[in-house]
Amino acid sequence: MFGYYIELAVRSLRRNQVLTALMIVTLALGIGASITTLAVLKLLSGDPLPEKSGHLFYPQIDPNPLEGYVAGQAKPDPMMSYPDAMYLVHARRARRQAAMATMQAKIVPDRANDHPYFADGMMTTSDFFGLFDVPFQYGSGWSAPDDESAAPVAVISDFLNDKLFGGGNSVGKTIHVWGHDLRVIGVLKHWAPQPRFYAEVIGNRDYGDGDAVFMPLKTARAMDAGAGNLQCYAQVSDLIHIETAPCEWLGVWVELDSSAEVASYKAFLDGYVKEQIALGRLHRPDTSLLSLMGWLIDQQVVPSDARLQTYLAFGFLLICVVNTVGLLLAKCLRRGREISVRRALGATRRAIFAQFMVEAGIIGIAGGVLGLVLAELGLLAVRHQPADYASLAHLDGQMFLATFAVALAASLIAGLLPAWRACVMAPAPQLKAA
Amino acid sequence: MTLPPIIAALRKHKAGAVLIALQIALTLAIVCNAIFIIYSRVDAVRRPTGMDESNLFMVEQQWVGAPSGDDAASLQKQDAMLREDLAALRAMPGVVSVTPSNSMPLLNSSWNGSAALKPGVDLRGGNARTTYYFGDDQFLSTLGLHLIAGRNFTAADVVNKGFRDNSQPDIIIVTKALADKLFPQGNAVGKVIYLNGDTKPSTIVGEVERLQAPSVDSWAAGFVWNATIAPIRLNGNFARYVIRTKPGQLDTVMRGVRDVLYKVDPMRVLDDDSVKSFADIRANAYRADVGMAMLMAVVCLILLAITAAGIVGLTSFWVGQRHRQIGVRRALGARKIDILHYFQLENLLIAGAGALVGIVLAIGLNKVLMLNFEMSRMPLVYVLGGLAIVMALGQLAVFVPARRASNVPPVVATRSV
Repeated sequence: MFGYYIELAVRSLRRNQVLTALMIVTLALGIGASITTLAVLKLLSGDPLPEKSGHLFYPQIDPNPLEGYVAGQAKPDPMMSYPDAMYLVHARRARRQAAMATMQAKIVPDRANDHPYFADGMMTTSDFFGLFDVPFQYGSGWSAPDDESAAPVAVISDFLNDKLFGGGNSVGKTIHVWGHDLRVIGVLKHWAPQPRFYAEVIGNRDYGDGDAVFMPLKTARAMDAGAGNLQCYAQVSDLIHIETAPCEWLGVWVELDSSAEVASYKAFLDGYVKEQIALGRLHRPDTSLLSLMGWLIDQQVVPSDARLQTYLAFGFLLICVVNTVGLLLAKCLRRGREISVRRALGATRRAIFAQFMVEAGIIGIAGGVLGLVLAELGLLAVRHQPADYASLAHLDGQMFLATFAVALAASLIAGLLPAWRACVMAPAPQLKAA
Repeated sequence: MTLPPIIAALRKHKAGAVLIALQIALTLAIVCNAIFIIYSRVDAVRRPTGMDESNLFMVEQQWVGAPSGDDAASLQKQDAMLREDLAALRAMPGVVSVTPSNSMPLLNSSWNGSAALKPGVDLRGGNARTTYYFGDDQFLSTLGLHLIAGRNFTAADVVNKGFRDNSQPDIIIVTKALADKLFPQGNAVGKVIYLNGDTKPSTIVGEVERLQAPSVDSWAAGFVWNATIAPIRLNGNFARYVIRTKPGQLDTVMRGVRDVLYKVDPMRVLDDDSVKSFADIRANAYRADVGMAMLMAVVCLILLAITAAGIVGLTSFWVGQRHRQIGVRRALGARKIDILHYFQLENLLIAGAGALVGIVLAIGLNKVLMLNFEMSRMPLVYVLGGLAIVMALGQLAVFVPARRASNVPPVVATRSV
């Protein structure tokens, strides 16, 4: 029976080619627009570290002065001061913990005619690599004693290794950063979480190749590396010694394996802040311990323009569906005689309904195929945008299936009303009119 | 032509009429909100920065060997390197003037603070927020700013300080917007204000007509025209230079500038992004806004086309269905124009009903967008404009099938099918 419906549907669609083409194009435009924006939205709201993200948490405290404080309305600051961050790292209350700050590493190549250039880097503590499961190609990260002794060592990315040394095992070689010599102790495999969630302030170079160089926090600070972001909560005169200034510039990530561990870490954090309030160093009791995905939502990694475009695309799809309903309805009512003849010859209402739904479904699938082409074109246009995530926009298998699901759903919804009208039509008057 | 027969006929086509009305309503809701978004973006992009934007470019660079400390010796060394660069740039053929500067309008890298009439007023209690520009005596002429009161900086006014030095300048030039905010009665020149909650006074020596802040983001929208210019060469191991060239020589000077600076000192970071024309800075700052406006415009056009196609499709079907009735009317004496008017009036009714719903939807959609996005209330004129567009669209779309209907010959009435 199904095969017969398909045959009938194709015949009916071919009879009215302009109308059929109009329906398919309408649906395809709506689907192309919504799938393009959905793909971008999915990219932007994706999980940067799927295997580990459930175990990673971001503690925050609020070091601001008490004036202007309203209990319950204050939000802890996104970054931490050096003493607070170091306390959390040294307390070792989580499975792993690391403090980190973004930096710009000025790299001077060995070759005489190459000009120096900047590379993105992180100054951090030894647990960083274990905490985020960073994969190594050669060598390894540094140890906790290296943190304390400000050892002149660095871990470099695969692309920096290619650029400086032409690839290969470069462990033991030397790189020149800010005019200092650092010994390479590890070379990473490709590692670039999208977005770069561990940067203490999200919103700058979030998508891309990832960081090129990693070095111990004290090593970087000893060569006067400036913090990528700095926020002060009191008047400061000395912005060089930011370890002792009332300024926040570090992010801390901790690894916690169960909800019990999360609860006990939160209690530990609250306890620390209470103790510091008693000592008079801190003033506000609010703390926060967001999960990785919670932190990304809190930081609004999805730009509002991308959300606005998705709203718009789905409004557009809605209009396309309404339009298709109208056209299908017109087609179906025009075929009153054909339906009546089929009914008179013994076709059930259900059979008529099924036939019209199959016809709508075929339009949906055709619309889906064309919509897919349009979505690919849309994403091609997105990739030519200047945004840093642009080059990552593409359709994966999931979005591919979603396209057809949306297309089929849209066309079947559009087909419901016409199919129902067709099957409740009384055959007798139509036949008599003829 | 009276309405009752049209309404009676529409009763027989409830589903189709409701669908057209619904489509008109949704189209109206989306189109007038989209036009509003386009207009707000275009409005932001088109506002002038206050500069003469042609023949202007910027160089950002960092020295590799420069001392990074804040002690007097390091500062003097850094300042010497800065002045050496300035002299080399000013000597380039085709260059009109050069100023060191911490930033530029639309560059999205800014120093901001507060300006108050009383000393020691904390950031929150300051009278106005302001952005800071630091340049030398050629700052105004290089950027092409209009001095409307007081005087420009002279070479003798210009001092140097470390970029981490928080001390306040002795004299400043402010924008008219900031001057008017602090001194609503006018005459800001010669008055004293306190910057960043400091107790040291800074004297206003001049007023410029307009100068935009570097940031175009919404957080800076409140003080986008409040700028304070200080006659200071900021010393650090990096520097930005703004360069004005003679007309037509921008490209030549931009191509040559890297070699000139490398010749002064090869140990510096000057990468591909270091030399930017102001046109590029502007395009970069507003790229997202322009992209959004274009996207909205394309979507609007496609939407209107789809809605028109839907109306043509459904009306054509009606015309086909009523072929015989039309013939009967013609046979009974209706003129062609009467048939044409019938379908036009019918469309006006349906579209009007849809548009009424659409107005409510449009205002509702604007409310939802205001809740979820940084968007302001849509003025009624956009709704009215959208209304005019969809009603006109309906009339245009119905014209073709209505014309076909009016061409149905009266003889059809006598045929059986």
